[in-house]
Amino acid sequence: MSVSKPLPHDAARLHVTGQARYVDDIPMPQNTLHLAFGLSTIAAGRISSINLDDVRAAPGVVRVWEAKDLPSDCDCSPSNHDEPMLSGATIQYLGQPVFLVAATSHLAARKAARLAQITYGERDAILTIDDAMAANSRFEDGPRVWEKGDAGEAIDTAPRRISGVIEMGGQEHFYLEGQSAMALPQEGGDVVVHSSTQHPTEIQHKVAHALHLPMHGVRVETRRMGGGFGGKESQGNALAIACAVVASATGRPAKMRYDRDDDFMITGKRHDFRIEYRVGFDDQGVISGIEFEHYTRCGWAQDLSLPVADRAMLHADNAYHLPHVRIESHRLKTNTQSATAFRGFGGPQGMLGMERVMDHIAHDLGLDPVAVRRANYYSAEVEGGAAPVASGDSPGGISDKKKQGEDLTSRGAQQVTAAGAPVVADAEQTTPYGQVVEDFILHEMTDRVLEGADYEARRAAVADWNAGNAVIKKGLAFTPVKFGISFTLTHLNQAGALVHVYQDGSIHMNHGGTEMGQGLFQKVAQVAADRFGVPLERVKITATDTAKVPNTSATAASSGSDLNGMAVKAACDTIRDRMANHLASLHQCNTRDVVFADGTVTVQGETYSFAKVAQLTYEARISLSATGFYRTPKLSWDRIKGQGRPFLYFAYGAAISEVAVDTLTGEYRILRTDILHDAGSSLNPALDIGQVEGGFVQGAGWLTTEELVWDQSGRLRTHAPSTYKIPACSDRPDVFNVALWEGANREDTIYRSKAVGEPPFMLGMSVFLALSDAVAACGSGYPALDAPATPERVLAAIERVRDGV
Amino acid sequence: MDITFLLNGESVELRNVSPTATLLDWLRDTRGLTGTKEGCNEGDCGACTVMVTDARGARALNACILFLPQLDGCAVRTVEGISAPDGTLHPVQQAMIDHHGSQCGFCTPGFVVSMAVAHLNGDTGHDDALAGNLCRCTGYAPIIRAAQAATDQPVPAWIKDTPPASLVQKYPSGGLGGRQPPSGAAPETLDDLATAYAARPDATLIAGATDVGLWVTKSLLDLDDVIFLNRCTELQQIEESDDTLRIGAGVTMDRVLHAVKDLHPSYAEMIRRYGSAQVRAAATIGGNIANGSPIGDNPPALIALGATLHLRAGDHRRDMALEEFFIAYGRQDRAKGEFVEAVTIPRHAPGLKVYKLSKRFDQDISAVCGAFNISVENGTVANARIAFGGMAATPKRATAVETALTGAEWSEKTVRGAMAQMAGDFTPLSDMRASADYRLRAAQNMLLRYWHEDQGTPSNVLEVSA
Repeated sequence: MSVSKPLPHDAARLHVTGQARYVDDIPMPQNTLHLAFGLSTIAAGRISSINLDDVRAAPGVVRVWEAKDLPSDCDCSPSNHDEPMLSGATIQYLGQPVFLVAATSHLAARKAARLAQITYGERDAILTIDDAMAANSRFEDGPRVWEKGDAGEAIDTAPRRISGVIEMGGQEHFYLEGQSAMALPQEGGDVVVHSSTQHPTEIQHKVAHALHLPMHGVRVETRRMGGGFGGKESQGNALAIACAVVASATGRPAKMRYDRDDDFMITGKRHDFRIEYRVGFDDQGVISGIEFEHYTRCGWAQDLSLPVADRAMLHADNAYHLPHVRIESHRLKTNTQSATAFRGFGGPQGMLGMERVMDHIAHDLGLDPVAVRRANYYSAEVEGGAAPVASGDSPGGISDKKKQGEDLTSRGAQQVTAAGAPVVADAEQTTPYGQVVEDFILHEMTDRVLEGADYEARRAAVADWNAGNAVIKKGLAFTPVKFGISFTLTHLNQAGALVHVYQDGSIHMNHGGTEMGQGLFQKVAQVAADRFGVPLERVKITATDTAKVPNTSATAASSGSDLNGMAVKAACDTIRDRMANHLASLHQCNTRDVVFADGTVTVQGETYSFAKVAQLTYEARISLSATGFYRTPKLSWDRIKGQGRPFLYFAYGAAISEVAVDTLTGEYRILRTDILHDAGSSLNPALDIGQVEGGFVQGAGWLTTEELVWDQSGRLRTHAPSTYKIPACSDRPDVFNVALWEGANREDTIYRSKAVGEPPFMLGMSVFLALSDAVAACGSGYPALDAPATPERVLAAIERVRDGV
Repeated sequence: MDITFLLNGESVELRNVSPTATLLDWLRDTRGLTGTKEGCNEGDCGACTVMVTDARGARALNACILFLPQLDGCAVRTVEGISAPDGTLHPVQQAMIDHHGSQCGFCTPGFVVSMAVAHLNGDTGHDDALAGNLCRCTGYAPIIRAAQAATDQPVPAWIKDTPPASLVQKYPSGGLGGRQPPSGAAPETLDDLATAYAARPDATLIAGATDVGLWVTKSLLDLDDVIFLNRCTELQQIEESDDTLRIGAGVTMDRVLHAVKDLHPSYAEMIRRYGSAQVRAAATIGGNIANGSPIGDNPPALIALGATLHLRAGDHRRDMALEEFFIAYGRQDRAKGEFVEAVTIPRHAPGLKVYKLSKRFDQDISAVCGAFNISVENGTVANARIAFGGMAATPKRATAVETALTGAEWSEKTVRGAMAQMAGDFTPLSDMRASADYRLRAAQNMLLRYWHEDQGTPSNVLEVSA
C-alpha cells in the first residue's frame, strides 16, 4: 500500500539540489523576447496624452504595444469580461498596465517601461469601503442577502444583545516565485504556453480568445509553481496573454515575469472586509438570532469576487448552529488592485466575523470563550448517512445564460444551474443556507485538543501570570474550524485523468491538477501505485498539460486530491480491469481472482511481474491507456437564494494558541500552539501535516504582521518584502504541536480522505483571539481588535480597554 | 573590470565585467545555473542565497544584490555545489528531504545554502541563521527540524573552499591578459582609497551593496563610476584599547555583533535582529552611518554610546560626535571626496539599552529604534544619553528627555515626567510602518520599559515562555 504512507514530496530531491525547474528556469532560444508592463501612476481618471518615443528608443527594445495595437481586447478576466490587458484611456487603479514592452532582456524591458511620458486627467478615486458605499460603487445591483428564520425578531426578544464591527485587512500571496509565463510560437499560428498557473485551462481559454484561435490552437503546460495560494488562479492570465500576443506578432519566443514590486502593484490580493454584527443570546451565550453585514472591497474588476463574497457568507456560521440568521453582503468596486482568490476564498473572513462574535459574547458574559463556543456547536455527527437531497445534474439553460467569451471552467463563471432547497427533517440542524450538518465531529475534537493542550490548567496559569505581571500580559484562545469542501460553482466539481501503462510496466500518470507545493502529484501517484499494486517508483508524474486532459478546473478550493485522485483511480481501474480480464481469460478463471499487490500479479497460484502482465496485455492487442473521470455527487446549490447543498462534506480543525503581549509597545510572540486537524483518512500524513503547519502560520500572518497600506492617492506603499512582512522563521510558535484527527470521511471520497489545502489556514484565528484575550487582561473594556493586529493596533486596543471603552 | 573567483570549486576568470552586474543575473542568465532563485531582488527573501568564502571564512550572502567585482578572490558555492560532484547529498539536503522541509521548493535552494553555511561554521542558532530566508509554504517548523537533525552530521569535505588568489595577487603585473584593472576601482589600501576618492568624488563607494544594490535592482540606476571597498583591509580593522573600540568603516555588522556581544549585550541583541545573516555579513557599519538614513538602526545606538566618527578626505582627517554628522534628511556633514574611515565607541556603558520596534521581530526595518544610555549614582541620574531612529528626519538625541532626567531622582515619577518631554523632542511622521501617534507613544514607553527592566520587572516578550 503506498496510500497513507508519509512519503516525501515527489520533487523533494529536485528541490534541495536546485534542479526543480520553474517557468523562468526553462532554457529559452537565443532570440527570446522579454516583456514588461508600463504601469499607471494614478488610481482613477483618463490618459490625456501618451508619448512612448523614449520607450521605443530605449536600448534593447524591439516593439511596444498600447491597447489599440493589440489583436483584440485581450481580456484577462475570469468572470465578467471587464479586464482588458492594457488599460486604454481609462485608468482604474494605480499600477494598472498601460503598455507592453518587448525587449532583448528582462532588465532592458524594465528600464524602458519607466521612460513613458503620460499625462492624466485625474478624478477622485474610490479607495475605501466608505468611499464605495457613499458612491454606491458595487458589483451586482445591490447587496446579496441570505436569510433563515427571523433574525431581527430573535435578536430583539433575546435576553441579551450586543453589536460590533471588525475590520480585517487583505493579504498579499507572496508566493516566493512571482508570476511568470512564456510562449513559444508554433507552425500555423498555434502557440505553446508555459505558465505558472493553478488553472491551465483558463490560460488556454484566455490566450485563445486573445488571438482569435480555437482552444485546440493553444497548448498550456505547467510543471510546478513556486507557490500559488490562490494568487495564480486568475492572476497569471495577463502574462500568458502578453507572451502569446508577442510571440504571435513577432514569431519569436516571449517570456515575462513580474519583478516583485510589479507583482505587488499589479496583481490582486485577499479581499479586505468590514463585518458588522448584531446578535441576541441568553445567559449561557447561546445565540438565538444574528445579523451580519459584510462589506467586501473587490477592487476595480470583478475577477472572482462574487464567489469569494459568497463563500464568506457560507462560512458566517463557522461551527455554530444559528437558528435565525440574516447575512447581507456588499461587493464593492474600488480603484485598487482587483482582489482575488486566496487560500480560504472568503471563508476566513466570514469565519473570523463569527469568531469575533463568540469572543465578544464570552467577554460580555464573563464566561470562558470555550464554553460559549461549545454551547453553540452544531449537534454531533448523525449516524446512518445523509438525508436525501436533490441531484445537481439538472440541465440548466447554458446557451441562454452563457456570456460571450465566458470561461465556463472559471470560478468567476455565472451559476447556470439552480435547484430548490433540500428536504430537511425538522430535528436536523441546518446551516444558514439550508445544508444539513451531518458530519460534525468538533465535540470530540475539542475534547481531545483541550486535553492535549492542558487548557484548563494553562487558563489558570495565564490568569496567575496576568495578575502578577504589569508589563507582559498573556492570552490564550481556542478556535474551531468547519470548512465546506466543494466548488460552489457546482459544475466545476469534475476532473479528468489520463493514464498509460507502457509495455515495460512503467506507468505514466497525468491529470488536470497542478502542483504548487501541496504535494498533490505525490498523493495522486500514491493512489495510482496502489491501484496497480506497484511501488511508487513505477509511476511517472508528468506536467499538467491541456493537450492531455482537457476542460479542467482550477487547482483550488482544496479540491486537488479529492477530484484528481478519483479521476486517476478511475483511469487506473479501467486499465487494471482490462489486464485482469486478460489474465483471467488466459487462466480460465474469474477476474476477481486476479490480485495486484507488491509489484506482482497473482492468479491461481501463479505469480507474474507487473511488467510481464503489461507485456501480455499489449501482445493481446488490448489498450493500456485510459482516461478517467470524476464528478462530485450530491451537490445542489442556488447562490441567489442561498439555498442548497453546496458542499459534499466539511473539514474540521481546532487550535489553541497562547501569546505574550508587551503592553508598552504592543509587540507580541506566539508562545505555544496546539492543533488537531481533520484530514479524514489521510492519503499522506506527512504532506497533510505540512499543509496544517504552513496553513496555520500563513493564517496567523494574515491576522498579525501582514499589513497592506495604501496611501491617499491609492498607491500601495507595502509592495516588497522590505515593507510587507510575512512571518519569518522565528515567528512560528515556540512550541508547536500538530496532530491529525484519526477518522475516515463519512463521504465516499478518495480512500475516505479529506481536503486539506485551505482549512488549516483558519486555525490562525486562534492567535488573533489569544491576542484579544491578552489585551482584555489590561482593563475592563472589550478589545474589539481589528486585523491585522500589528503591534500598533494591539497597543491601541490596550489603551481602549484601559479606558474601559 | 576583470575578476577571478571559484564557482562550485572551479576557477572562473571574467573580463570587462560591468561593475553593477549582479551575481544572480550572471548565474542564471549567463551560466545557466538556475537553482539560485530570484524572489524579491532586494535582499529580503533569501531565495538567492549563495555561500561565499574569503579569508574570513564562509558566509551566506544574497546574490541578487551582490555585484560580481565584490567576488574577486572569493570562492562561491551555489545550491548546485552543495551536493558532491558525484551527486551525494549534503547532510542538510538529506535532512530537508527526510523532514519534509520543502513544499513548493522555490525558497528551498536558499534555505539549503544558508543551512550548509551554518552547518559548516558549527552555528546551531537556526532561527537566526535562517531569519533571512522566507518560506511561504511550510511554516518553517519542518525546516528547523531538518536543521537540527543535520547538526551532528560531519561537514563533508567537498563543501570546504579555499579562496583563490585575487586577480591582483594572481597577475601582479596587470589584469587578465596583461590588462591593468582601472585605477582605483578596488583600492587595496586606505591611502589609495583616499587618493582615488579625492580624484573622483562623484564615484559611488560600494562596500556590502546592501543599499547600493537596490539603487541598481529597484531604482534601475546606471552607476558610471564606482569604487569597491572590499579589498581595502585597513578599513576592516577593529582596534581595541582599554576604554574604546575603534571600528573600521568596512567592518561588517556580523563582526560588529561579535565585537560588542559581551561589552554591550543590548546593542548586540539589536544587531541580531538587524537585517538577516545574509545582510549582516555584507552590510558595513560605515555604510550604515554614511547613507544617513533616518531609520538606520546603528546611529541611535552609537549616538547613545557617545560614538566619535572619523572622516577622511585625501590626507585630511577629522573627528566629530556622531550626532553632529546628521544635518538634515538626506544631508550629512561630509565634504566631497570625504569618506567615513571608522567610528570609536566606549567599551563601558553598563546602562545601555537598545530597543528596536518593528512589525516583525526579525529582519524588519524599525518603526522606532530607541537607545538609552543612563547611569544612576546614589539614586540620582548622573548622565543620560538617549537617541532615536524613526522619530525625525535624522537619527536624533532626545535632549529634552535627557535634561528632564539628568540630576533627577531615579524614580518612576521622574521617568513619567521625562516621557512627557518626548513630544518636545520629536514630531514623527506617519508612514506604512507606523503612525506618528504610535511612534511617539512607543518612544515614550521605551523609557518606561527601561525603568521596568531596571527594576527587574519582566518586560521582554522574547524572554517569556508558555
